[in-house]
Amino acid sequence: MTSTPYFSLAVLFVGALGFGLAPLGLAWLWGKLYSPAKPNALKNAIYECGLESKGDAWVEFRSAYYLYAIIFLIFDVEAVFLLPFAVAFTGLGLAACLAMLVFVLLLIEGLAWAWAKGVLTWA
Amino acid sequence: MAVDEGLKIELGKQGVFVTTLQELYNWGRRSSVWPMNFGLACCAIEMIATTMARYDMARFGAEVFRPSPRQADMMIISGTVTKKMAPQVVRLYNQMAEPRYVIAMGACAISGGPFKQGYNVLKGIDRYIPVDIHIPGCPPRPEALLEAFMALQKKIDAQHLTGEDRPRHLDAEAQGLFPVPGQGEHDLEPAANKSVWTVPVVIR
Repeated sequence: MTSTPYFSLAVLFVGALGFGLAPLGLAWLWGKLYSPAKPNALKNAIYECGLESKGDAWVEFRSAYYLYAIIFLIFDVEAVFLLPFAVAFTGLGLAACLAMLVFVLLLIEGLAWAWAKGVLTWA
Repeated sequence: MAVDEGLKIELGKQGVFVTTLQELYNWGRRSSVWPMNFGLACCAIEMIATTMARYDMARFGAEVFRPSPRQADMMIISGTVTKKMAPQVVRLYNQMAEPRYVIAMGACAISGGPFKQGYNVLKGIDRYIPVDIHIPGCPPRPEALLEAFMALQKKIDAQHLTGEDRPRHLDAEAQGLFPVPGQGEHDLEPAANKSVWTVPVVIR
């Protein structure tokens, strides 16, 4: 086994692992043995800015916000894919242009739907 | 068991280093005090300057300002503590990791300073939490904060692993909970934590 070229690497790896883990383990052991835990309600409080937390963290968001998510997605995805498409436009074949057209049309369909629904007009 | 100082130097010259577990432990503790990342008033500007390149608190191992009290063990009360802010400061102190140390920086933090007569200013944070080092000054220069930090390091170095003066985290009896004052009608209630501060007797 010692003849394999990776043996020294394995030894070094174990050494490096021990070098990192041993202090952590020793510190944990020291804490367990000598440092008594003194938890209390104040120390275990969730929030850490000094103020008391109020209410529940499980709040509900209005489902009407899905429209923002959809419109953001349309413009964001469009921008992300259109930019490389525009940069490589001159070198592209017909198939690539058709594929891109289908993709853009799919997104525009979503935009048209949102437009028809009246989402784009500022209330 | 302390090693004789002369013998230690003599052995050091020969390339033999001797130490005790206590010295090693305290060396590690004093060289990795992590302050909490919060400032209260103008002293905080001096505190920030202390951590920057010119004064460089990193030389003492205290450059890691933690934004969470769970990861910090030193609180620098840098500035005026108003009565509105005092409960938050005490609550943060309670949430810090043991052993925790407090440096009250500047005239306001130690006594109320120039705002002592103000209706809304706490007359010293040591009314609610135990303060290890007080720094006078308005505001103290970064050198003063470094001096205070070195004094704190000496204090940590002098602590024994066992006995009466052992650090708080090794002492099961040490007080862990410091009550947070509430906002009363005219003042904070209670006006002081009796276990850490008593009304000084004025002799006229």
